[in-house]
Amino acid sequence: MRGPVLRARGLVKHHGRGQSLVRAVDEVDLEVHAGQTLAVMGPSGCGKSTLLHLLGGLERPTAGEVWVAGRRIDTLSERALARLRRRSVGFVFQAFHLVEELSAAENVELPVLLAGRSPREARRRASLLLDRVGLADRARHLPSRLSGGQRQRVAIARALANEPLVVLADEPTGNLDTAATLDVLRIFEDLRAAGQTLVIVTHDERVAATADRLVSMRDGMFVDDTRLTAAHPRGLGGLGGMLGLGG
Amino acid sequence: MQDAVLALLAKEPAHGYHLHARLRRALGPLGESMNRGQIYVTLARLERAGLVVGERAEGLPERPERKVYALTPAGRERVAAWLAETGWPKPDLAEFHLKLAAAAAARLADPLELVAAQRRELLRRLREVQQAALAEPAESGAGPLLEGVVLRLRADLRWLDVCERAWSGAGAEGG
Repeated sequence: MRGPVLRARGLVKHHGRGQSLVRAVDEVDLEVHAGQTLAVMGPSGCGKSTLLHLLGGLERPTAGEVWVAGRRIDTLSERALARLRRRSVGFVFQAFHLVEELSAAENVELPVLLAGRSPREARRRASLLLDRVGLADRARHLPSRLSGGQRQRVAIARALANEPLVVLADEPTGNLDTAATLDVLRIFEDLRAAGQTLVIVTHDERVAATADRLVSMRDGMFVDDTRLTAAHPRGLGGLGGMLGLGG
Repeated sequence: MQDAVLALLAKEPAHGYHLHARLRRALGPLGESMNRGQIYVTLARLERAGLVVGERAEGLPERPERKVYALTPAGRERVAAWLAETGWPKPDLAEFHLKLAAAAAARLADPLELVAAQRRELLRRLREVQQAALAEPAESGAGPLLEGVVLRLRADLRWLDVCERAWSGAGAEGG
């Protein structure tokens, strides 16, 4: 596929009106290319979650355009938009949003079945993905029997269920302790290495540091855009320089 | 490093290459740049200071890599003093703080730009250390050290947020 996986042009989202008008997203342009991992950082209320919702077709912009894989999505019908979300976009939320009545495996199977694939294929995908996030032995557990970190890993497996073009994660470690955060970071690092396109909204510097590229958002606008992988003279061997190890 | 080398000798006398291997193991990826020569230089200094003695095995030529080093009583005292000491490296924040103030006062540069550039650099370092931390096996002795470097960098990044808040809007009247 040529061109960016995600593209936004002149993206604007207003909440409220008159005196209480909030410019949540204010004239944002963005391109995310295949295989890129992008982190969006900023203080709460800077519009980063709203931006993610617009990119994934969960909300419609007040103005501007959103393109997913060369297709404009902000003008799609609700039905077409729902289908696009199901097949092309994987979502990971801070509060996991698992179906509490379904087992871990069934939660991952669900989007595969909804995309019209066979139960057998759904089981195969779920087993593969739960193994990938290190939860093969928890497949039959209900979410209530899983820790927060395990639930988020199930949610990540579910987001990957239909081999989405892009995974959009909104504060994926916001509810997790340090150990669980590290588990999630390890999975993101694997996804990055495997070439999965990924957009992560976060205020956690550790999560942001797994990305190739980082944009900073303030008051609905991008104020900085940084490539974290930029050519750097210091290799792994030079890590010791950070400690001032010497004679 | 002198103190660490001395402390490693407290358990038993050892060859320089053995000390080097133990330090490397404890430091994990952060110790990869440390070479054996540094250890021998350190041991030679400690020997001159009377804190260790190097004993050459019989019949072998007089070379540092042939020697087995042991603590002297003075060396042992110094190890005890090191363990009891509560000194701590001071974070040098004043320099960057003054850089921002000077840049604003003389209109040399936009303090917010300086903060953004510094943040980019720290994030790149954080990424580097974090990738090393994630790649480190769970049983590695270097885990807590890598985590410590990550926490330091995060604290510095938060401080840059404080600087950014202080200089946004305040920049205009800063001169």
